[in-house]
Amino acid sequence: MVTFQLDGLQCSTRADINLLQACLEAGANLPYFCWHPELGSVGACRQCAIKQFSGPDDKTGRIVMACMTPVTEGTRVSIDDAEAKEFREGVIEWMMVNHPHDCPVCPEGGECHLQDMTVMTGHNTRRYRFTKRTHRNQDLGPFLNHEMNRCIACYRCVRFYKDYAGGEDLAVLGAHDNVYFGRSEDGTLENAFSGNLAEICPTGVFTDKPFSETYTRKWDMRGAPSVCVHCGVGCNTFVNARDEKVRRLLNRYNDEVNRYALCDRGRFGHGFVNAPSRLHTPLCLSEEQPTPVPTQSAMAQFARMVASGPIVGIASSRASLEACFSLQCLVGREQFSTGQTQQEQTCAELAYTLLRDHPGSIPTLHDMESADAVLVLGEDVSATAPRLALALRQAGRQNSFLAADAAKVPRWMDAAVRTIGSETLSSLFIVTPAPTDLDKSAEETFRAVPDNAARLGFAIAHQLDPTAPAVPDLTPFEAEQANRIATALGAAKKPLIVSGMQYGSPALIQAAARIARSLAQNTPDAGLSLVMPDCNSMGMAMMGGLPLETVMMRARAGAIGTLIIVENDLTRHLDPPEIVELLEAVPNIVLIDHTATALWQNANLVLPAAAFTEYAGTLISQEGRAQRFFPAVFPLSPIQASWRWVQELARALPPSAEPQLAPHRTDITAWQNLDDVLAALGTEIPIFAGIIKAAPDAAYRLNGQKLRSQTYRASGRTVIRSYISVRDQPPPTNPDTPFSSSMEGAYQPDMPAALVPSFHAPAWNSVQALNRFQQEIGGPLRGGEAGIRLLANHALKNGQTEQLPAPDIPPPFTPQSDTVLLLPDVRLFGSEELSMLSPPVVARAPPANLRLPAHGTATASHITFHLEGYGPQTLPVQLVADLPDGIALCPAHMVAPAFSFPRLARLTATRAEGDGS
Amino acid sequence: MLNTVRTLFLTFLHAFQRRATVQYPEEHPYLPPRYRGRIILSRDPDGMERCVACNLCAVACPVDCISLQKTEENGRWYPEFFRINFSRCIFCGFCEEACPTYAIQLTPDFEMSEYARPNLVYEKEDLLISGTGKYPDYSFYHVAGVTIPGKDRGEAKRERPPVDLHTLLP
Repeated sequence: MVTFQLDGLQCSTRADINLLQACLEAGANLPYFCWHPELGSVGACRQCAIKQFSGPDDKTGRIVMACMTPVTEGTRVSIDDAEAKEFREGVIEWMMVNHPHDCPVCPEGGECHLQDMTVMTGHNTRRYRFTKRTHRNQDLGPFLNHEMNRCIACYRCVRFYKDYAGGEDLAVLGAHDNVYFGRSEDGTLENAFSGNLAEICPTGVFTDKPFSETYTRKWDMRGAPSVCVHCGVGCNTFVNARDEKVRRLLNRYNDEVNRYALCDRGRFGHGFVNAPSRLHTPLCLSEEQPTPVPTQSAMAQFARMVASGPIVGIASSRASLEACFSLQCLVGREQFSTGQTQQEQTCAELAYTLLRDHPGSIPTLHDMESADAVLVLGEDVSATAPRLALALRQAGRQNSFLAADAAKVPRWMDAAVRTIGSETLSSLFIVTPAPTDLDKSAEETFRAVPDNAARLGFAIAHQLDPTAPAVPDLTPFEAEQANRIATALGAAKKPLIVSGMQYGSPALIQAAARIARSLAQNTPDAGLSLVMPDCNSMGMAMMGGLPLETVMMRARAGAIGTLIIVENDLTRHLDPPEIVELLEAVPNIVLIDHTATALWQNANLVLPAAAFTEYAGTLISQEGRAQRFFPAVFPLSPIQASWRWVQELARALPPSAEPQLAPHRTDITAWQNLDDVLAALGTEIPIFAGIIKAAPDAAYRLNGQKLRSQTYRASGRTVIRSYISVRDQPPPTNPDTPFSSSMEGAYQPDMPAALVPSFHAPAWNSVQALNRFQQEIGGPLRGGEAGIRLLANHALKNGQTEQLPAPDIPPPFTPQSDTVLLLPDVRLFGSEELSMLSPPVVARAPPANLRLPAHGTATASHITFHLEGYGPQTLPVQLVADLPDGIALCPAHMVAPAFSFPRLARLTATRAEGDGS
Repeated sequence: MLNTVRTLFLTFLHAFQRRATVQYPEEHPYLPPRYRGRIILSRDPDGMERCVACNLCAVACPVDCISLQKTEENGRWYPEFFRINFSRCIFCGFCEEACPTYAIQLTPDFEMSEYARPNLVYEKEDLLISGTGKYPDYSFYHVAGVTIPGKDRGEAKRERPPVDLHTLLP
């Protein structure tokens, strides 16, 4: 700790930061543009000028850029100094010289960092009377608008896009005061993190395009802390809504998870909640047609169904924990399925046990950023867990930080650190069948089919720990590769192994865990991270249940009278013949979902569930973090949370149906609100006992008040619904949350982190207001931790490390001459279920194609292949360099929704003529 | 005593003064142009809607009686709906003061009584007039930097033509 004097006040702060950070942490208002906590300082904008005095006798002082000056013991600085003030006013006046008269028609208006900083410096009159520079805009694709006239040339966009996120198609063009931030030509920004430019840009050059279509000012939107539902990482988000319609998603800072960035799938994938595919009323199948019915008759219908036999429930890895648990309570543990196939469930449960028993650390995304050697084993993380890939990209910078430390350059001195680091290599190794977006940051990439990748993994584990089983038939080339990676990992202080379930291979996951375990013997910080496919895959793995195969077996045996499916599209797990069989064998199907998925027309009863923006629930991320999401929208009745529908079903059960249900069933009908569900969940399944602490309960009050979810200046209260009725209505309430739906209630920077509805502080209207909510810049929020970890680091220490079962080392893969191994090609846009109902993501998703090795013999433009259950499929061919022989990559869930893998397929070349099929 | 007589006298004198009361509705009083009465939305000199749906009137409104939704056509912002609940309006004029485009204006018309309260909810079609109101010359899009049909980049007031990025000349 050092102390410095800011305008006569003694402030104590950390030693390794710059003056700008120190001033902000001390609560001072100091304007800045180019500095960003995650990007560091470059001193490009000259806005954060302050006066620094050399000693107690120095009356004159000198103007320094706060972001470029390290804070030192006893430094005396002044923000209020007249000369420094005048300097800052001058700087902002120059910046505003070419700024257009756009604020009323700019989507950034009202949450604009440039507006805030202009007001903060006191510049209010334009003296410049000459002509303004203008630029032409570019079409940047479905996610972002471009309005270059508004640019103040702070360089944040390119520093984020190129340096931080590794994008290549955004650059600075032009010269002197004509600099232009854009692509070399119009076109979609290709990086997976382009959406963050809307938040990174301090003014309105890059703005959120889908949001602009339903635009509303920041002050008019209700905010709710939420959790992203489009992958297993569990990034924290804000859902913004107005007039009971979701308008946009913003990044919500969580110091351990997503921090300052969100991937485009998460940011723009929320469109499914407003999509036409939403279900709005209960539907009953009458004369083969789904017909809207009132809730009461739907429940009566269900009561009649029960007579036809046992009830079986199918949950889902994309439903909230509460929904799954309520279903388990209704049908009983013996009749409860996780809604995954045996293969998916084996992988997920294996991943959970391996993480639970891992003797090293289970790193958060922030921990991963400081890993000094990383091995990605058989998972394309840039598609399955994009935010994790971004963290790994930062891990690739560790060596440049070490070099900077050695050269006594502060780590926040961004340009200097990057220059030093340009010579150093990162220790990132990637072993995947196909090229990934992360390859550019890797020291070395290895192309291997999953089986060979697993063998390589076991070989590395054997190198690190001779007691681990050796891999038979290892080629000298593979042995040398294993040796090289093992040496790098063994030398690291904080190694990290990442793998996942993309290829459905338990051997890969086991291999990754073995390496991590071998490393943990010597380095306790050895991390293991296993990527899960869905937002609650980990929750389902912890809860457990029957795989879908067992359900199929019971259905075939006629042992299912009613099947209740909660938020699960079975066509993504079962092949069409199996679906047909299931529909024939089961007399009654009840579907509870927010979206009309493939089976909705076949279900005898469809109940409209609330989407994640409309109710409160809990999800468990792949690192075992239980996180609560809250509603921003109050849906029209009868839409309600899935667990409430299950509760209604339980209430509708005739007393005669009771005995066939599980004897230990908790009294589901007595639940009043979410806290009752969580309490029951904690008692019933003890591993979940902690999740009640993921966020404060509904009875929580701050200063004796509920928390407001609208801003203090929301407009239109007395008129917004006056076209329906001019009489005032009381604001809607939700029994599950401590939020008030209106602008009345408590809100302060140290409110519990899990309950922050948006970031705003006096004089800070933009997202940069975040610095007022942090204990220290880049540190935890003042309200503590959001969410709770259920998996502890260094499990089973004290030497009682449980022995892993002997691994099933697969034989080496040999390419076949007549068939190819078809592997799933998970796409960032296109493979995930819910985001593909969001129009901007659909527009961004590339068309399906079959990726084949470039050196193969295939020369046809289209290829037909036969998939069991789907018939022949014809796809255009894309040749990929360095793909291993004998494999083909088929886009997952795009061609055949339920594509179980790996499987062999025979390919036939098709001439692309006329219609191309 | 004298005071009482004086008071009576002064009161008596008032009988000969000009009357302030007019015989409304037969006779209309004079209201100055800046009188704060019924709110209208004006058009710019080109006959296009002036309102750009910036929401500043709504946020300035102390009784929250203005609500609107932005929509966009060819680069111009419009209100998709613009609703004022006059049964709540206090005619304070803050909305007019907040408006950056002179779109929303208060007029010297106060005759808007209704028997049914819902009739006091005015939609955009009730508010929009065909003229420019009190500010005949101003057009926001002539000074703003955004492109609209008929005004390309660099053609607004005090703007240079767009930069040619391929030149390195100073």
